[in-house]
Amino acid sequence: MNGVLTVHVDGIGWRSPGLADWDAARSLLRDGGAPALIGASGASPALLPPNERRRAPDTVLLACDVAGQACAMAASGPAQLPCVFASMHGDLAITEHLCMTLAANPLELSPTKFHNSVLNAAAGYWTVATQCHAASNALSASGASFAAGLFEAAAEAHANGTSTLFAAYDAGARGALAETMRAEASHGVAFVLSPERGARTVAALRLRHDGDGDGAEVPEARGSWFGVALLPLFGALAHGHSARLRLPAGRGTALAIEVLA
Amino acid sequence: MPSRIPPLAITAYTATSALGRGRRAHVEALRDRRTGLRDNDFTAAPLACAIGRVDGLEAQPLPAEFAEHDSRNNRLAWLGLGADGFLDAARAAIDRHGASRVALLVGTSTASIGSTEQAHCTLEDGRFAPAFASPSLHTPHSLGLFLEHVLGTRGPCSTIATACSSSAKIFAQGERLIRLGIVDAAILAGVDTLCGSVLFGFNALELVSPEACRPFDVARRGISIGEAAGFALLERGGAGAPRLLGYGESSDAHHMSTPHPHGLGARLALADAFARAGIGAHDVDYVNLHGTATVKNDEVEAALLVDTFPPTTRASSTKGWTGHTLGAAGILEAVITLLAIEHGFVPGTLNTDTPDPPCDARLALANEERAVRVALSNSFGFGGNNCTLAFGRAA
Repeated sequence: MNGVLTVHVDGIGWRSPGLADWDAARSLLRDGGAPALIGASGASPALLPPNERRRAPDTVLLACDVAGQACAMAASGPAQLPCVFASMHGDLAITEHLCMTLAANPLELSPTKFHNSVLNAAAGYWTVATQCHAASNALSASGASFAAGLFEAAAEAHANGTSTLFAAYDAGARGALAETMRAEASHGVAFVLSPERGARTVAALRLRHDGDGDGAEVPEARGSWFGVALLPLFGALAHGHSARLRLPAGRGTALAIEVLA
Repeated sequence: MPSRIPPLAITAYTATSALGRGRRAHVEALRDRRTGLRDNDFTAAPLACAIGRVDGLEAQPLPAEFAEHDSRNNRLAWLGLGADGFLDAARAAIDRHGASRVALLVGTSTASIGSTEQAHCTLEDGRFAPAFASPSLHTPHSLGLFLEHVLGTRGPCSTIATACSSSAKIFAQGERLIRLGIVDAAILAGVDTLCGSVLFGFNALELVSPEACRPFDVARRGISIGEAAGFALLERGGAGAPRLLGYGESSDAHHMSTPHPHGLGARLALADAFARAGIGAHDVDYVNLHGTATVKNDEVEAALLVDTFPPTTRASSTKGWTGHTLGAAGILEAVITLLAIEHGFVPGTLNTDTPDPPCDARLALANEERAVRVALSNSFGFGGNNCTLAFGRAA
């Protein structure tokens, strides 16, 4: 064992303001464009029943939208797929609402807002909608949330010998909390990752946690997990190229990613 | 079905809760049947309920070098980390394996949201006051950032937040990383603290009992919320140390805040834990139940107990002692389960006089002196997120 996890990308989901899916993002990236991150994501995943679509917060809609896209592209039945959802901020709009209600009149707290406030709300809505009884995970790691979620999904895929769904998402918000966290970006991406190459595989990712570097890399404490460091990954997937990149993973640690076309 | 996994050693473990700081405080309170619950004296707005509060956190700020992380949750983490020599054991493991070979895996439900709540009570011109400007107070990864700063680990570090199963699932995450050769040890930490969000949130869902919780009692009226910090060190080898034998994780796929009526997800998690541990129900001496004392949870879990286990298996909920410590419940109750194995006793179920009929004789009401070789701990969370852990006596 050399500490390298190689996973195969069988499906990709994407949503950002103005880019409704991976096809749209791929065209933009192939033309050398950079995706906009500020604005409404516009996610309204058909996979959620109408009632749930109305009740679910934006973060959940975004996460379920990209997760559904990745499963469709991979032709993977979501009911069988263990899933890992990663978010840097959780749902800031709900957290803000809970905190303002607590400051004014705590007995008027909304029960629905409360149960939607858990970080695993997306995993909860997703597993209910897809009738998925497999393991579901919800994880956060500050500005390294994408890197940590991807690594966890790859570890689950290998440890259990099964394809695993990974989605990372955050929705921009307004208010004192969002301002403090500079949480403006709305963006979701998802992969179906398999331990073995399959008929639907479009690329492989070789992942290595590097804790022995010079220690200079530190994830952003504010803002978004989607940044300049991550673009080469999606650029390589869009072009069908190989690429190497490093994402800050923790205090002085990095996730080294090699994209193999 | 998953394959059987090699057991891992739990070479250090500790917990701090309303029962006190460290393992001895927990064993004594359990043996003496002394609850940690008290009338709610935490919320500014009155809320008639019992809480499991850890004393003294208000007067114990973090050391100055960690000031950016200073929150109730991280204070409790700091208090708990120093108990039972855990901090020394963690540092020794980092020296032994190398910092990049040790993962830091944390579980919490609400992290430092108490600080975010305070920040909203003291807004200045609609913005956070300077005292609340640190982003590490307002991220779900607050606990992970603090402990990574304290410990200097350089292996993978993340926060699992799956509500009340959070700090059970970090055992599974640690096992995977060790088995795959990514790291040689994992420091596991689960911490959740009292805050307005959970007290008034569960109250809004009509799940908070006005009296101390009574798990599995016919007259149970809901949960009592508590706070706790638990830590465990997972690695290979470890002669004489108790074992993580297996785990199972599943999703109910039923509802955000209500368990599956037939406990489908809980049964799947249990079956996977059995498969990974290579054991069956007849091997299990003790089950530390989720046992929240909500009407639904206990009904579903009691049916699972009766359907699955032989009458020789003993089971109890210890939430009458500690309250439901939410994101910390997984690891707190893992520690209690390990104490049951180490000390050879089954803690009973506090505050319960008349068990609901489906809870048959398998439910231990009184404490029992009894060898515990193999024991399970159940944790079920919102979103239908389930995790069952299997532990065994030292190899």
